[in-house]
Amino acid sequence: MAKTGIGEAVARREDYRFLTGQGKYVDDINLFNQAHAWIVRSPFAHATINSIDKDDAAQMPGVVAIYTSEDFSGAGGVPCGWQVNNKDGSPMNEPKHPILAEGKVRHVGDPVALVIAQTRQQARNAAEAIIIDYTELAPAIDMKAALEPDSAVIHDEVGSNLCFDWELGDKAATEAAFEDAHHVTRLDLINNRLVANPMEPRAAIGDYDSSTGEYTLYTTSQNPHVIRLLMGAFVLNIPEHKLRVYAPDVGGGFGSKIYHYAEEAMMTWAAGQLKRPVKWTAERSESFMSDAHGRDHVTHVELALDENGKFLALRCNTLANMGAYLSTFAPCVPTYLHATLLAGQYTTPVIYCEIKAVFTNTVPVDAYRGAGRPEATYLIERVVDVAAREMNIDPAELRRRNFIQPDQFPYDTPVALTYDTGNYEATLDQAMEAADYSGFEARKREAAARGKLRGIGLSCYIEACGIAPSNVVGALGARAGLYEVATVRVNPTGSVTVLTGSHSHGQGHETTFAQVVSDMLGIDYDAVDIVHGDTAKVPFGMGTYGSRSIAVGGSAIYRSVEKVISKAKKIAAHLMEADVSDIEFENGEFKVAGTDKATAFGDVALTAYVPHNYPLEELEPGLEETSFYDPANFTYPAGTYICEVEIDPETGVVEVMSFHASDDFGNIINPMIVEGQVHGGLAQGIGQALLERCVYDEQGQLLTGSYMDYCMPRADDLPSFSVDTTVTACTHNPLGVKGCGEAGAIGSPPAIINAVVNALSDYNVTHIDMPATPMKVWQHLSNGRG
Amino acid sequence: MYQFAYHHPDNLNQAKELLTAEESKPIAGGMTLIPTLKQRLAAYESLVDLSSIAELQGISETSESIRIGAMTTHSDVHHSDTIKTKIPALSHLAGSIGDVQVRNRGTLGGSIANADPAADYPAAVVGLGATIHTAERDIAADNFFTALFETALKENEIITAVSFPVPEKAGYAKFANPASRYAIVGVMAVKTRSGIRVAVTGAAGSVFRVPEMEQALGDAFTADAVRGIAVSSAEFNSDMHATADYRGHLVSVMAARAVDAANA
Ligand SMILES: Cc1cc2nc3c(=O)[nH]c(=O)nc-3n(C[C@H](O)[C@H](O)[C@H](O)COP(=O)(O)OP(=O)(O)OC[C@H]3O[C@@H](n4cnc5c(N)ncnc54)[C@H](O)[C@@H]3O)c2cc1C
Repeated sequence: MAKTGIGEAVARREDYRFLTGQGKYVDDINLFNQAHAWIVRSPFAHATINSIDKDDAAQMPGVVAIYTSEDFSGAGGVPCGWQVNNKDGSPMNEPKHPILAEGKVRHVGDPVALVIAQTRQQARNAAEAIIIDYTELAPAIDMKAALEPDSAVIHDEVGSNLCFDWELGDKAATEAAFEDAHHVTRLDLINNRLVANPMEPRAAIGDYDSSTGEYTLYTTSQNPHVIRLLMGAFVLNIPEHKLRVYAPDVGGGFGSKIYHYAEEAMMTWAAGQLKRPVKWTAERSESFMSDAHGRDHVTHVELALDENGKFLALRCNTLANMGAYLSTFAPCVPTYLHATLLAGQYTTPVIYCEIKAVFTNTVPVDAYRGAGRPEATYLIERVVDVAAREMNIDPAELRRRNFIQPDQFPYDTPVALTYDTGNYEATLDQAMEAADYSGFEARKREAAARGKLRGIGLSCYIEACGIAPSNVVGALGARAGLYEVATVRVNPTGSVTVLTGSHSHGQGHETTFAQVVSDMLGIDYDAVDIVHGDTAKVPFGMGTYGSRSIAVGGSAIYRSVEKVISKAKKIAAHLMEADVSDIEFENGEFKVAGTDKATAFGDVALTAYVPHNYPLEELEPGLEETSFYDPANFTYPAGTYICEVEIDPETGVVEVMSFHASDDFGNIINPMIVEGQVHGGLAQGIGQALLERCVYDEQGQLLTGSYMDYCMPRADDLPSFSVDTTVTACTHNPLGVKGCGEAGAIGSPPAIINAVVNALSDYNVTHIDMPATPMKVWQHLSNGRG
Repeated sequence: MYQFAYHHPDNLNQAKELLTAEESKPIAGGMTLIPTLKQRLAAYESLVDLSSIAELQGISETSESIRIGAMTTHSDVHHSDTIKTKIPALSHLAGSIGDVQVRNRGTLGGSIANADPAADYPAAVVGLGATIHTAERDIAADNFFTALFETALKENEIITAVSFPVPEKAGYAKFANPASRYAIVGVMAVKTRSGIRVAVTGAAGSVFRVPEMEQALGDAFTADAVRGIAVSSAEFNSDMHATADYRGHLVSVMAARAVDAANA
């Protein structure tokens, strides 16, 4: 029999339907009598709307309805799910994010009108006939300029473009440490703005059943229950029992499909108005100008060291771009997901960080694979590398001198987290060995003989996953709990249906979770089905992001299976006329200890549903258990990445020659899926470091609005990855797991840039901003030669 | 996309006739035309599909040159044994265009009619001194590309084929835009019995020749002969991927690599 238990590399069961074109995505769903929507979007970054004339458009063939902001006067704005407070304790500025623009547009792509027609073509034709009179306003695009007093103000009610001015850490102690420092390394850097670009564009279908008053929203979401809560309670005022949100197969999200988007509310609301389904699917160019973007930090960082290279203090200030409106989780990304990670893997005793979040006339910015942690890792691992060079200490050695040691866990950082476990030296050693760190000089000489500049770079990252204890995030401003929910339903004949709040959109939950359950119950892997994505089936859930599915969702499943086993033992005890305390459960069989009496899991299941011979006075029939698992802490995956690049000095082209990743993800359920997650994350991290960037011109037009200019990494941009793991099991969840979804994208950008800067070390280059495009590298080479 | 009538003629005369209609346009592989229609940047009353016209098909060889039908796909040019043997640089160039899907649909005629400043074929057409055959006349390569997206073609004049003289040697080196993979700079360096031709695509509004390099290569057909020759980048394209300066630098680098490829 194939091995399918915990730790086995089981092939992903969902791939058959994906690879044979049988996946069922929102755009594959077509409902009887559905109408089609087209959204008129702003062509300007910043303008007032003087008038909208829809008379001609309304007469166009097939038009069903045209809506503008007045029609949504009864609805709330798109809500923000996280409140951050200013240094003085006052709440952040939280201007309204209307469903359709109210009197003003604030970014290219801002929705202005909703056109609904019998066909998509007709809706689009009518959209072109709507006459909108705009007066263009000066835009605020660059973050620094947006904070100047003479900048255009995006939200009049706010009065400036500052969303919040926040701090973390002990400022006085940090300053004191800097005063006494032997050496201070300073660095300015930019974490480049990215577009998530999942393969499937966003789509939504609203439906309304006038006989029951029930709404259904089919949507491309990573967390349907969260959408139901946000849209139902804050936007459309539909109670949960009258609103079903269903996210079927979703073709990737990378964070961009966590948030509640205006289009979801538009479709749901319009379906209720029109008493017929309304469907919208984004075009790729719409995705570029309406999906939340990622990153976009401008940072100054300083590291203080003593004469031995011990880190004494770190301080940084960052401008974080929020875009034109606050997306669902935007405020927590540069704060609680970023500043709290600034200790990295190191014992830096004091840290102080200031974050100013800024509104600009650009698409809203929110979490993208890694969310805050890549920005933290990038600034730490860059400044440490620069310090190593300035102090003439090997970069690996400098890191080693500052690692938190295995006997120091649990370790309280100066930035509010408690790391439960880890062994950073073990991953560093494994990576250095695998990457043949000591053989680098020979490879560099060999490359030089071919006219190439070879560089090596490493990065030691840590991240906080499995977000998170609800009471902690609540105290930090989250407007939701962050537990996860699972129901384990044992069917009468012994097969198992698992209902999970963790949504799978490429991660392989249907395989991984089935491995956990079948292993725990000792039943056939194929007898376990995983159901997710539908609020009508799954009791509740907080969804998939922050690498939380196995750590939080998996733990909820584990707890439910434990409860199932506990109840089943009572049934088995009754069947075998033994005491419950004597029942042992092993390999799918209940046994009476010390005897050869046994009864199979399937027989117990059947008994639970056909309770003829059953302790009815003590025990309810049925075998189904639900758990809400609220974690005790974050989990802390960590690792070391080492890469080597070669630069063509004539053109500036950077080629990644090798990339090794050593990760500590705690215990691993399916090593193949974990490896796949690392590969994908590395591709996106290398994309950020070398290829991807989102560029607005001074007028706020998105120059990288298609794949002609926005460069996604392709297979031939990437080396064949080498990956390995070390294990320190998470101490506070039952599976000992940490999560692996974002690590690759978090740890890789600084490794690449460190390698590029290393390759350019003879050219007087200390830093190069991402992406290190050929032209940028060539300019550095030219300046260095000069 | 707006609605349009779709015609699928099977001979050249019928196509010419259909293309006399107002707001009509030929369509070849559609790799450039269809995206502009889908984005509603262009609209026509009718499209005339050239794919079933025998006169526009096929690769044939004479003693002096290779004639390639306008409807030949980049992929067919890339894989043609005749072209691999006689003008390997042309096969290599066709194989460097876009991606597999684009090469399987995009055509020689469509590429040069479109005259995208970043397209590869213009470098081959001008570098090899080709002749463009249309349904009405022959046009010499040096007179064909007139400006950004402009050619010597009259309204809806159909390209039927291009004849490429077989050179003594030729090499093509391309510096691709990492996103689109079009040429930021592409240089074709060619040695023929009648002289040297160096053609550059991507750098400026339209393909151009570099007389200084041609002269230097006439003295010695080596990479070193062109490496040091700087071209003026004053009129070059400048965008987020490459400034005019950088393009100017790349012309010298790619010219040297093209010569190396020709000599290989
Ligand atoms: C993703 C992508 C990447 C690309 N990368 C590259 C690249 O790296 N290098 C490169 O050179 N090109 C590239 N291209 C362009 C590609 O080569 C196209 O095939 C080419 O531009 C047009 O050829 P087509 O046959 O598709 O023409 P169509 O799109 O059908 O037509 C283009 C134009 O030519 C006209 N036309 C077509 N055939 C004729 C004819 N026989 N006579 C007169 N007029 C005609 C049409 O009316 C239209 O105006 C890329 C395209 C895409 C979509």
